[in-house]
Amino acid sequence: MNFFAIIGRAILTLLAQIGRVARFTGQTLAAIFSPPFYGRLLGQQIMRIGYFSLPVVGLTALSTGAVLALQIYLGGNRYGAEAIVPQIVVLGITRELGPVIAGLMVAGRVAAAIAAELGTMKVTEQIDALTTLATNPIKYLVVPRLLAAVISLPFLTAAGDSIGVLGGYLVSTYNLGFTGSIYLKNTVDFAKNEDITSGLIKAAVFGFIIALMGCYNGFYSKGGAQGVGAATTNAVVSSCILILAADFVLTAILFHT
Amino acid sequence: MTAPVPKIELIGVKKRFGPKVVLDGIDLTVQKQSSTVIIGGSGTGKSVAIKSILGILTPDEGTIRIDGQDVTRLKGAARDPLMKKFGMLFQGGALFDSLPVWENVAFGLIQGHGVARAKAKDIAIEKLAKVGLTSDVAYLSPSELSGGMQKRVGLARAIAADPEIIFFDEPTTGLDPIMADIINDLIISTVKDVGATALSITHDMTSARKISDRIAMLYGGKIIWEGPTSEIDRSGNPYVEQFIHGRAEGPIKMAVKA
Repeated sequence: MNFFAIIGRAILTLLAQIGRVARFTGQTLAAIFSPPFYGRLLGQQIMRIGYFSLPVVGLTALSTGAVLALQIYLGGNRYGAEAIVPQIVVLGITRELGPVIAGLMVAGRVAAAIAAELGTMKVTEQIDALTTLATNPIKYLVVPRLLAAVISLPFLTAAGDSIGVLGGYLVSTYNLGFTGSIYLKNTVDFAKNEDITSGLIKAAVFGFIIALMGCYNGFYSKGGAQGVGAATTNAVVSSCILILAADFVLTAILFHT
Repeated sequence: MTAPVPKIELIGVKKRFGPKVVLDGIDLTVQKQSSTVIIGGSGTGKSVAIKSILGILTPDEGTIRIDGQDVTRLKGAARDPLMKKFGMLFQGGALFDSLPVWENVAFGLIQGHGVARAKAKDIAIEKLAKVGLTSDVAYLSPSELSGGMQKRVGLARAIAADPEIIFFDEPTTGLDPIMADIINDLIISTVKDVGATALSITHDMTSARKISDRIAMLYGGKIIWEGPTSEIDRSGNPYVEQFIHGRAEGPIKMAVKA
């Protein structure tokens, strides 16, 4: 095949994909604000997406905080600046690592689960069945998951932030010779509101990305087990990439740099 | 005397996917309270025809009328009253595996028609009885049921809201001959019971003969023969002859690629 034809086809496929995602997003956003509303399903999804993600987010946050404290201590040691550990830990966790780690962990856990569930529903015609039962599949399936993820991620991140700071605190007080009360005072004095809120705003956006990619890939999965497998992989990969890209953009916007 | 308004009317319906033309101008009329079966080989667009009427797919050209109303491009909230007239039995059942059997049957009542859960549950159990299932099945999960039982539950779900039109997608595929006959009988009795119009697609000729008043054969994106079921053996159409007798030799060449 002609070299230019290959490039052209790839670009057309990409543009078609972007168009489909945009249309899907538009349909979902429109569906959020028009009845019927499925409160019970939203509650279920908050449990599944938010509450059940707590252990994995907490565990990664704890170890990230601990490692961060250790690294900053070792690095700071070169300049005789070990004392800065609490400040850097709280800044790094709340602004950056808390939301990104929560986002990536939930992307792996939830985007995959959503894509597999909706993908299976698609190939077994359950999504078509919803339509024939006078129920809008976007309202019934996508909106509760999207709202649940947008609501849950900031809470997960807030929990992750606290646990991450705790991880740094534990390593610093037990291994690095910090005094607990001084460590905490330095943390609280240094952290500003905007450090925390900027992280929580990021988290909400990441939640949106995760649920959207999970639902989109599930909804448009092609027939059979292989199709659902591909949808699951695509959901995780695309949400991770978009989270990292959005993180950069959001950081630039939120801190006006 | 004016002719009655047909329940379903397809006029010149065309649908293509990319370069592949699936429906190439279909004309079909289904009268009220009749039972029409569309026959045709796999991949001839039978499902596409039904999904176009249901609004899951939108035709590229042509008109679809229900009760004389043009519904071809009806979307969103404007379509809701129309969807309440429909019931559908899917080929694989398409039961919601996250919900127990009774909630599957009651789903359209609760979500689509806004019936209270307790009342919808009573109706669901009553409809399950109509398809020969006892109330203890109501609390099982669809994955615990055999293929024939799933079909029955799917049928109960399709008739739960007393639809005016019921679509059957390959109702007997994947069932043993005895269970297929039981499902055929249930289809006939339930459709009559609800007073509905039925439109089915199948390639099972035994089933097609049994459940239909009229048969239409789809081939090459067009309806090539349409008539009363009693006349299918005298169609004089070589394509129909080959299909109903299941011969490998004849004018129909099976497409290998979907």
